[in-house]
Amino acid sequence: MEDNKIVVKNLKKNFGQLEVLKRISLQVSEGEVVCLIGPSGSGKSTFLRCLNRLEKITAGEVMVDGHPISDPNININRVRENIGMVFQHFNLFPHLTVRENITLAPIELKKMDKESASQKAVRLLERVGLADKADVYPGQLSGGQKQRVAIARALAMNPDIMLFDEPTSALDPEMVGEVLEVMKQLAADGMTMVVVTHEMGFAREVADRVIFMDDGYIVEEGTPEEVFGNPKEERTISFLNKVL
Amino acid sequence: MAFIEVLIQYFPSFCIALGETVKLTAISLVCATVLGVIFGLFKVSGIAPLKMIANIYIDIIRGTPLMVQVMIIFYGLSQVLRPYGFAWGNIGGNFTAGAVTLSLNAGAYMAEIIRGGIEAVDKGQMEAARSLGLPYSKAMSKVILPQAFRTMLPSIINQFIISMKDTSLISVIGIRELTQNGKIIAANSASRVMAIWLVVAAFYLVVCTLLSKVAVLVERKVSYGR
Repeated sequence: MEDNKIVVKNLKKNFGQLEVLKRISLQVSEGEVVCLIGPSGSGKSTFLRCLNRLEKITAGEVMVDGHPISDPNININRVRENIGMVFQHFNLFPHLTVRENITLAPIELKKMDKESASQKAVRLLERVGLADKADVYPGQLSGGQKQRVAIARALAMNPDIMLFDEPTSALDPEMVGEVLEVMKQLAADGMTMVVVTHEMGFAREVADRVIFMDDGYIVEEGTPEEVFGNPKEERTISFLNKVL
Repeated sequence: MAFIEVLIQYFPSFCIALGETVKLTAISLVCATVLGVIFGLFKVSGIAPLKMIANIYIDIIRGTPLMVQVMIIFYGLSQVLRPYGFAWGNIGGNFTAGAVTLSLNAGAYMAEIIRGGIEAVDKGQMEAARSLGLPYSKAMSKVILPQAFRTMLPSIINQFIISMKDTSLISVIGIRELTQNGKIIAANSASRVMAIWLVVAAFYLVVCTLLSKVAVLVERKVSYGR
């Protein structure tokens, strides 16, 4: 259990009467890359958002990095510092420059001084290939560039875990590659990642484990070879037939 | 021309009255902004008792005329609170009562403006800020409010202009601001009534025009990276 970064037990999530997640259990170990696939409405994004409690957890247990985040008394902000999140629509702060987007949290939360936070921001921008964009506003960037900045922003807090919520779904096709490239690099560097994605190619290539969700359940999970090459469940087969 | 005559003859008294109007406006707007932020945040807080308090405050203010509000606060409160040793005279007299009324009045409208501005910011902004570990208050002050401010600005300036003109209603409790000054002069010089009130109107017009000009400058200043 020691090296399990994320442990989910019997997680349930309701929106009013609607049961979106029905008894989900899952473990993610350190350095593992897990891709969540499945039809829209299957609960994958909701599940991801329960992992840093952006969605309130209805029932069940979620442990992240040893912290029981399903416990309402826990200091959730502290735990979130350790979990980076990247959104479908980037959600960069439009009133701040790229540099300020990245340095905001380290300055406010880690009490870093402006100078070293800024140096760190530039290093992160180099890592995502955008060192020359430090002083522009998000509005001047392309979608792919925005998403790479969003990744840099999340990395600025030195998270142990990164969550990606359909990071390439809002991108023009020619920009998908540049974002996936950054994510691959991150995976290669040993980051623990949970990725909700429609990029089957990425899942096949980068994931250690692929999880197929449908209707609030985990229907099937396994290595990419198992899930893509030899799916066992009928729903998985029919989904893969549609998307591949 | 009677207008010029009146303007020259009563210029000093109008300047003093203008000072009162500007002082009343400025103090009220500062207080109203503070009240507006507090009650606006109450409204978006999602905490039922706070929301209710804000709703009651806003409904009462919006549902009653300013002139009645100032009567209640100046005459009414001093009657009710006199047994407890309260008198407006001890804390600045009718000017303070007027400023309190205007602050409460404009504060309610500002609260609605601020609520609207906050709600207009994309929900993803709060989520992104919170996902970085920022507590609600920091996310609000560093991420949401600066963006909300931009969309709110035209409405805020509009409210400033309305409040500035509303100071004329406060004249009923005898503060010698522009309108009250006009009334007093007109009472002594009935033959030039038209000219006197045109002078009063001109003073308001000048101040409002200046406010609008400042507004344009500020709006230009806060537009970023587009």
